[in-house]
Amino acid sequence: MNVTLIDYGAGNVTSVERALQRLGAATQRSNSPECIAKAEALLLPGVGHYAALIRALDERALRAPLLDAIRRGVPFLGVCLGLQALYESSEESPELSGLRLLPGSVRSLPATVKLPHMGWNQLKLTRASRLLEDISPDAYFYFAHSFAATGGNGEAVALCSYGADFAAVIENQNIFAVQFHPEKSGDAGAQLLQNFLRLAA
Amino acid sequence: MTLAHRIIPCLDTDGSRVVKGVNFAGLRDAGDPVALAARYNAEGADELVLLDIAASRDRRPTFLDTIRSVAAELSIPLTAGGGIRSLEDARSVILAGADKVTVNTAAVAHPELISELSREFGAQAVVLAIDAKFLHDHWDVMVRGGRESANREALAWAQQGVALGAGEILLTSVDRDGTQLGFDVPLTAAISRAVSVPVIASGGAKLPEHFAHIFSEGAADAALAASIFHDNVQSIRELKKFLAAKKIEVRLPC
Repeated sequence: MNVTLIDYGAGNVTSVERALQRLGAATQRSNSPECIAKAEALLLPGVGHYAALIRALDERALRAPLLDAIRRGVPFLGVCLGLQALYESSEESPELSGLRLLPGSVRSLPATVKLPHMGWNQLKLTRASRLLEDISPDAYFYFAHSFAATGGNGEAVALCSYGADFAAVIENQNIFAVQFHPEKSGDAGAQLLQNFLRLAA
Repeated sequence: MTLAHRIIPCLDTDGSRVVKGVNFAGLRDAGDPVALAARYNAEGADELVLLDIAASRDRRPTFLDTIRSVAAELSIPLTAGGGIRSLEDARSVILAGADKVTVNTAAVAHPELISELSREFGAQAVVLAIDAKFLHDHWDVMVRGGRESANREALAWAQQGVALGAGEILLTSVDRDGTQLGFDVPLTAAISRAVSVPVIASGGAKLPEHFAHIFSEGAADAALAASIFHDNVQSIRELKKFLAAKKIEVRLPC
């Protein structure tokens, strides 16, 4: 199996690619609609501004093949902005439309805490998770974001709490997404990516 | 469940070699940033900072190679900086594998650089490095490696930097740097309470108590040190165990 990394110019594609290759996975980067349509497994990385991701998807005509692949059941992992993109919209760029695979919107974390939420934090598991298998419930993951899915999240299998509870891990059939950066989260992050590779195989 | 306090080793390089206080037992090449990075990654460092303290134009390609080799060893975030003067400088550092860039002297000269970088890469990727020195009744911003006064008040500069889009402050006490007398608690507390972004304290660390103190009294979100880690004066693993015993939230390595 080959994991297609959607390469729209995000800063963390290289680190995600390296993290997967360290686990022995075959990867390819792509920003072409044809490759995404044929992908065996898809990974949408992302760090930075929501608008940069959504605009890049539309400018490169990747939205339709991506949605189509996900609806056909192709395993998908969204990382950070790649999680936020699954919702209807984001407060960071309210004029743009998200992928709308999940209901609700992404909002700013409250100003009562230091933002960005930057560093290592733990998760609150809400139900059994395939993505978090063999990972200690006390494990820390690396977060770097100011916006998050803070609405009541039916799809979240784990929440994180920082100023407010938000979706940290999402699992919905073939759709997987994490708000943190598994590629920067040491051994726990590597195990999570390994789990995705196994689930996608 | 709380956000953990971060312990961050810093590698000061001349582009390709670690240049300050390296006396690391068990390493074939003690000044090799790649070997040090791999060791810190395994020891439970939460992040790594790589600075080009020479920051000369002709050594730039070498520094970018160093970033690439170091990034390849890490499964934790990497911040790189030193001599970043433009959007293109920052882009090359990020494309080489850094997750964040630090800006210092160039941001003082052209504060709009902070906004440019923040718009392009996101606030989480822009670290404003401030070198501060106590002067009469306030902290003064120092530039050019802490040698020259920028005639700016550090507290106001930190707030301005955050308003312009910096997502984090790397705060070095010029008074404490290299002294091993402990972090500058009043400085760090003042800046940390004045801004809405995380603050990394730097300068003066030696003992585990210094770290405990800067997290509790200094309100630091992260603490950075160089030579005490390189010289094996302090192991990251033991330091974290010490902090955890003091009920300070840290990510304990397995």
